[in-house]
Amino acid sequence: MLTNAKVVSPPSDDKRWKIIDGTMRRHGHQPHSLIEVLHTMQETFGFLTDDGLRYVATSLRVPYSKVYGVATFYHFFTMKPPGKHTCVVCTGTACHIKGANTLLAAVQEESGLKAGETTRDGSLSLLTARCVGSCGLAPAAVFDGQVAGKITTDSIKRRVRDFLGNETDAEILSVGEHQ
Amino acid sequence: MNQDDLANIAVQTKQEESRYDHVIKVCVAAGCLSANSDQVKTQLESEVKQRGLESCCKVKGVGCMGLCAAGPLVAGEGNEKMFQNVTPADASAILDSIVDNKPAPENVVIDSHLDFFTGQKKIVLENSGEIDPERVEDYIAADGYEALFHCITKLKPLGVVEQVTKSGLRGRGGAGFPTGLKWTTVYKAGTGQKYVICNADEGDPGAFMDRSVLESDPHRVLEGMAIAGYAVGANKGFIYCRAEYPLAVKRLRTAIRQAESHGLLGNNIGETHFDFKIEIRLGAGAFVCGEETALIASIEGGRGTPRPRPPFPAQSGLWDCPTLINNVETFANIPPIIRRGGEWYSTIGTEKSKGTKVFALAGRVVNTGLIEVPMGITLREIIFKLGGGIPEGRRFKAVQSGGPSGGCVPEQYLDIPVDYDSLASVGSIMGSGGMIVMDETSCMVDVAKFFMDFCMSESCGKCVPCRVGTTQMHNILERISEGRATQNDLEQLKELTGMVKAASLCGLGQTAPNPTLTTLRYFMDEYKAHIEEGRCPAGICHPVKDKEEAEVGA
Repeated sequence: MLTNAKVVSPPSDDKRWKIIDGTMRRHGHQPHSLIEVLHTMQETFGFLTDDGLRYVATSLRVPYSKVYGVATFYHFFTMKPPGKHTCVVCTGTACHIKGANTLLAAVQEESGLKAGETTRDGSLSLLTARCVGSCGLAPAAVFDGQVAGKITTDSIKRRVRDFLGNETDAEILSVGEHQ
Repeated sequence: MNQDDLANIAVQTKQEESRYDHVIKVCVAAGCLSANSDQVKTQLESEVKQRGLESCCKVKGVGCMGLCAAGPLVAGEGNEKMFQNVTPADASAILDSIVDNKPAPENVVIDSHLDFFTGQKKIVLENSGEIDPERVEDYIAADGYEALFHCITKLKPLGVVEQVTKSGLRGRGGAGFPTGLKWTTVYKAGTGQKYVICNADEGDPGAFMDRSVLESDPHRVLEGMAIAGYAVGANKGFIYCRAEYPLAVKRLRTAIRQAESHGLLGNNIGETHFDFKIEIRLGAGAFVCGEETALIASIEGGRGTPRPRPPFPAQSGLWDCPTLINNVETFANIPPIIRRGGEWYSTIGTEKSKGTKVFALAGRVVNTGLIEVPMGITLREIIFKLGGGIPEGRRFKAVQSGGPSGGCVPEQYLDIPVDYDSLASVGSIMGSGGMIVMDETSCMVDVAKFFMDFCMSESCGKCVPCRVGTTQMHNILERISEGRATQNDLEQLKELTGMVKAASLCGLGQTAPNPTLTTLRYFMDEYKAHIEEGRCPAGICHPVKDKEEAEVGA
């Protein structure tokens, strides 16, 4: 396959950069593979880093401004490290009708977190999703990647308590934008 | 592989399955999986083994059975016996019921003759809940890839296009553009490189039809795309799928791999000169990428911003080549149309809207889940017959179709037929198939605000009317819901809806005012209650009680 690669060394000697290199190689380092590469990076590291974006920009011969533009345009990409556990409350139409807002309020009551925030100890991130497509089970939430349906304020509080462990007054680390 | 090999696989698979007296089907689509249907399946398998029934009893994972809210679902004896909310502990009782015909506990039995099941007409979903989505053999046994082989060995590309035109199929992504016309345009667009794109970026909140089709019957979509490729002269296809649907992506990857290794995709398909390859591209959570030019920009690796049309993608699309873009459900309709003829398809539905439509029925309705109904059915039948009406004896208020681009249809229009033109005549759209039912506990101002909030944050920002207009409308709606608005605000809101609709670049902005427009039209009393009395009739918003006091305070 024709390759467009520009050889630069990765931002660190972390072995995981080989995974990102693999995706770039599979696409012949073509500029149009940018989003696929960013997906791989987020899957591998959990979030996108500035170093990583610069590395990808150089390797694919895409301007850094464009890479940054793409990374920040799409809601799925995040440049903030997520907490150890994540709780995503679906705010799609069906879930909205069935009280997604009261679920968010319940999580806030339990953990002090607002949507987009992570506890100071990094144990939990609270996020919202536009729709996880589990409308038949509304209201739905995703705990550590597992979709759960027919959530009640009690059940979500229980899950949040489990995630937070014994720390009752988890503090808030980063105030992020509402996704 | 040639046609004989295909027929052999079909015969063998059918024979294999007919050896079993009982086939127990467990739903393994995302809805039921999130309720642990995989554990139910494992438990059933080990129970079968324990009883030494392996030779007469087969446990099989299948796609979506439709009634998602009652999952995990299990079915046996050709769907005569169906079970809901099944836990691993119920496995033994279910085996007793299926194998020994003993009565099962009442709380897990569902009546398989419910209107929800019998009121449907399945074309797109014919294999959902029947075949194992992870086995290509199962799809082949259900006449899979027969249509593709028929096309490449017996029909000329133009003949395929003619069948699609004759069927009267219209785009299932929402706008309802005639599919045959789109195919004809790409077919006629020269002989150079062309592409086929499947739009699986189901961003409409409240819709999960495409996800379900991809998870339950992925090969159907691949076959539809390959037929399209043959018809329009493309050798490469892309599926642009939401990254939020990991199971759908996984099943698609499996399906593509299987199809390639069986020679159903790749070079020289069916020992002919037809080549067709499919690649998956992941979306990254941008609603606007459902718009075709934005989707193309995203596949090209850039920000998903639309561009003015013309030129339409059919003339100049992906990498400036003629490109055919259809939605998942549109492609899923293609194999049956080819197998049974365009004429057959055109006998279903209404004069201008042919065939069936899959809807994701959710919200305040008893039976939530996925249904496929013939076009022309009334909203009342869908909600009150198939959907079983409103739970807890509450009153119906409105049904929202088409998501952020659609409108809220009030009770007086429940008897209109569901087709593209009738829904448009009452201010809504068919949309991709999300259908959210609302009762008296929903506030229509809040609903309008919800959708405007969505459009505001999903606006790509390229054109001013959409970027600024949606924000301004959202601000006004927020003031109304908080009881801080004046009559003037209402006038301005009406003016803005017209402006944004007329001046926006793409479909997102052009349709963003629809939820607001329809609620203004049908539920003005609720707006007035917020503005004039500082009261939210549904008790959702918390408007400032004493309006005058608030104005003095401000």
